Amino acid sequence: MTKTDRRAEIGALGEQLAVDHLTGLGLTILDRNWRCRYGELDIVAADDTARMVVFVEVKTRTGDGFGGAAAAVTPAKVRRLRRLAGLWLAANRGGWAGVRIDVVAITMGRTRTPQLIHLEAVGS
Amino acid sequence: MTLGRAFSVAMRGVEGHLVEIEADISNGLPGVHLVGLADAALQESRDRVRAAINNCGFTWPQTRLTLALSPATLPKMGSVYDLALATAVLAAEGKKAWPRLEKTVLLGELALDGRVRPVKGVLPAVWAAQRQGWPAVVVPIDNLAEASLIEGIEVWGARTLAQVRAWLAGKGDLHPRIDDPQQAPAVSADLADVVGQAQARRAVEVAAAGGHNLVMTGPPGVGKTMLAQRLPGLLPPLTQDESLEVTAIHSIAGLLTGDAPLITRPPFVAPHHTSSVAALVGGGSGMARPGAVSRAHRGVLFLDEFAEINSGALEALRTPLEDGVIRLARREGVASYPCRFQLVLAANLCPCAPPDPRDCICPAAARRRYRSRLSGPLLDRVDLRVEMHASRAGTFAEEPGESTAAVRERVWAARHAAAQRWRPHGISTNAEVSGALLRRTYRLGSEAMKPLKTAVDRGVLSIRGMDRTLRVAWTLNDLAGGSSPTREQVLQALSYRQAGERS
Repeated sequence: MTKTDRRAEIGALGEQLAVDHLTGLGLTILDRNWRCRYGELDIVAADDTARMVVFVEVKTRTGDGFGGAAAAVTPAKVRRLRRLAGLWLAANRGGWAGVRIDVVAITMGRTRTPQLIHLEAVGS
Repeated sequence: MTLGRAFSVAMRGVEGHLVEIEADISNGLPGVHLVGLADAALQESRDRVRAAINNCGFTWPQTRLTLALSPATLPKMGSVYDLALATAVLAAEGKKAWPRLEKTVLLGELALDGRVRPVKGVLPAVWAAQRQGWPAVVVPIDNLAEASLIEGIEVWGARTLAQVRAWLAGKGDLHPRIDDPQQAPAVSADLADVVGQAQARRAVEVAAAGGHNLVMTGPPGVGKTMLAQRLPGLLPPLTQDESLEVTAIHSIAGLLTGDAPLITRPPFVAPHHTSSVAALVGGGSGMARPGAVSRAHRGVLFLDEFAEINSGALEALRTPLEDGVIRLARREGVASYPCRFQLVLAANLCPCAPPDPRDCICPAAARRRYRSRLSGPLLDRVDLRVEMHASRAGTFAEEPGESTAAVRERVWAARHAAAQRWRPHGISTNAEVSGALLRRTYRLGSEAMKPLKTAVDRGVLSIRGMDRTLRVAWTLNDLAGGSSPTREQVLQALSYRQAGERS
């Protein structure tokens, strides 16, 4: 197995964990790995009670060597997410009351069960 | 508690303002947000504080961290807040309140490995904290001697951030105040070293006794600079309050030495004649820093070759000389520095400056231009003018001139007499007495006033010039130990006035 494959596998595993977490919170998953020429949205979910669309960036790490998973979401990355959110909203129909950008940071390997941190509304 | 709080001091000129520093740890992406009008050096403190905390073995919060410095409208600059920022973060991260932290002002810059580095302006900052009733202050260990000069407040010296944290938690000790800081070594320049020049030596003595400004002109190499350097040695030592004032200014300018910080002798400042306006009176971007006039506060400002100083810089000295304080407005506010100094000027007679004035080869126009610098509004504020000549007789005399110690005794006695006389009027030296007081309450007899009356009538002396002559006459009287100036003393004072005006 090559290194790149392994990385993609970790990413995919993390995203699956994030999806499970979000559905557990009662959100409906609308889209996964939505791509356009400017980038990719990991998960697009809908909070039906608040009629809110939630764009979720998933970061998965196997260690803290480079400052943790949440620290990898830089201000530049947040700006990119905002732009992608706009593009997604333009491409998809639906009357939403609000929009939110979340980050799910997952750290694997240290403990048996992966640690998951869900940061809400980071795009402000 | 995810909120930490610590206190520090912001300097505005020589005034200190207490600054409250809060650290808030909240949910969000990891990042540090520093608010409260921080300048570039303070923005960089985010990285210093973070590295210092990590390298001391403490944890840095992996979430959103907001650091606020209040009052938010007061511009803050420099690295002095590092220590307070770091402890605020530690308090927020540790989720516990240290009672000591709420009662302590923290000053100091942090190195990346957690050492506490010395900063400028510690003395006035500690002074401000003491005046506002703070019970304790923590300063960098290298500034401890300086901070120990302030009484009435607990002073602690810190070597590392870890040490400060242990102290806050009550688990460790910091260095206590240094009770007996060393004195700076005495100046070695003695008046006995000056060869000949009896008249100029007398003028220096009079200047020292009365606090008068002095100008010396003469060919190069006759001892103008030597005499000026020996003037501070004749002045009495500074009082406790004066010492602190002077030391505070030098602390802000970053000129204090580590082990003997307190300045107890009148300072002697001799800026080079190419100095700019900002170098002389103070200035700089952001908040103005003290210049030569403020560093010479309670001491002597010596301008050698003052005819070469650009006229703008020279004219800028007029108001500080009169007011004794200078207010400098810059982008980040108005800084006010005291500058009550004694001015000593020295110059050659012409640009080519031969040992004998008769050998001058300057064109008449150049001479005239040079001479015009030697008069003018600044010189109007100088009481004593003395023209020095290359001395021939007395150069190889067996007997050396009087020593500083001998002259100092007369000067101190004269200063004491003057202080006694003017105390009811709130002044201490003859140079500060107002003209009205001299002409009314302390009016001289008509016999003593006669030479002055003649001079005024003939139009060679202005009213201001008369006041200045009277001040010098009072000083001559104090040196002689008399009760009121005699006709001879007034005549002698008049001769100091007119010396530079002939030819």
